[in-house]
Amino acid sequence: MSNAFARNRPLWIAGGLTVAVMALVFIAGWLFGSGSERKHEARREVAAQPAHVVSPDSALGRTDRRQIDALRRGIPIDQEAAPQPLWHVQNMDVKRERAYPMQPPTIPHAIDGYQVDRNSNRCMLCHARANAEKFQAPPVSVTHYMDRDDQFLATISSRRYFCNQCHVVQTDAPLLVGNTFQTIDAVLAAAEAGTATAEAAKGRP
Amino acid sequence: MRRLWQWFWRWFQPYWLTLRRPSVHYSLGFLVAAGFVAGIVFWGGFNTALEATNTEEFCTSCHEMRDNVFQELKTTIHYTNRSGVRATCPDCHVPHKWTDKIARKMQASKEVWGKIFGTVNTREKFLDHRLELAMHEWARLKANDSLECRNCHNYESMDLTRQSARAAQIHQRWLVTREKTCIDCHKGIAHHLPDMAGVPQG
Repeated sequence: MSNAFARNRPLWIAGGLTVAVMALVFIAGWLFGSGSERKHEARREVAAQPAHVVSPDSALGRTDRRQIDALRRGIPIDQEAAPQPLWHVQNMDVKRERAYPMQPPTIPHAIDGYQVDRNSNRCMLCHARANAEKFQAPPVSVTHYMDRDDQFLATISSRRYFCNQCHVVQTDAPLLVGNTFQTIDAVLAAAEAGTATAEAAKGRP
Repeated sequence: MRRLWQWFWRWFQPYWLTLRRPSVHYSLGFLVAAGFVAGIVFWGGFNTALEATNTEEFCTSCHEMRDNVFQELKTTIHYTNRSGVRATCPDCHVPHKWTDKIARKMQASKEVWGKIFGTVNTREKFLDHRLELAMHEWARLKANDSLECRNCHNYESMDLTRQSARAAQIHQRWLVTREKTCIDCHKGIAHHLPDMAGVPQG
């Protein structure tokens, strides 16, 4: 027995050393990991505090969080984002003004569960040329029957088949970002007013 | 054939003679009362079994229903909604009145046949048959003036002012005048529609 130990002494020593080194590495890793974790915790506390001040449990009224990033709303990645409320689709059936002449009109009613696929197109139940009278719905415009070579088809063009590509419902959600859009009428009116003052200024002397 | 009949008669004859003979031990009153009680038990059992086949669990115990139409129902307002009322399969597909219900249940024996022989046991087969199956239901609802819709959506209790202007207008024009019935416009509200080319809608 002892003879066998003496013969394999280098092997035993090497094995013992390996185990010892691995234990040291493990302990070092443990210490290092827990240290950085503590640091992370501290950082998270710092980061979490202002967020809690701004909003206890809801994204409502969080103006500083209203960003174009609708998924995270600027909330750090290691925090749970309070979900936004589900907004309601406006279902007033009153036509809205178009912001510019070529704007696809927005849908003034709810379209929950409308099936628009290869088999059926729920929108065209009312908005097709032939059905518009029955339901007193605005028929889709003549451009929707044109193919890409401007040839008129008997039925709706496959390019225009999926209504939701251009026409969308409107909800009562607050705007995510502001904008300074002006309609062309406002721009023209401003320009006209500008010319008028210029002319008036010119004609004064 | 004759041998078979003879064998059957030899086996059945004692029972038949017993049935034919008047009762020796029991009074007429006892037999009437016992018949009455037995009738109640039988009827209760029959009705319970019938109602058991009239549940969402029973319908979705077959994969044909569970994997196709039930999955589609789950996304619609008839499955979940703000007030928590659910229309289950039999609410729309089985008449509520007893005679009509029994008639529909007898028709449904065809569906048992289809189940046994796997008429729609794959998604592809189901899609191939979907138009035909849907046509049956549309024809049924058209014929009974959308009775299963009206079991819940009674026009007498419908407040048009609470509907969107568009819905109220269309209901006033077509539903009040009885020119159209619910299913004429409301096809595919609980399940996906098959290829509707050539099927009149609205």
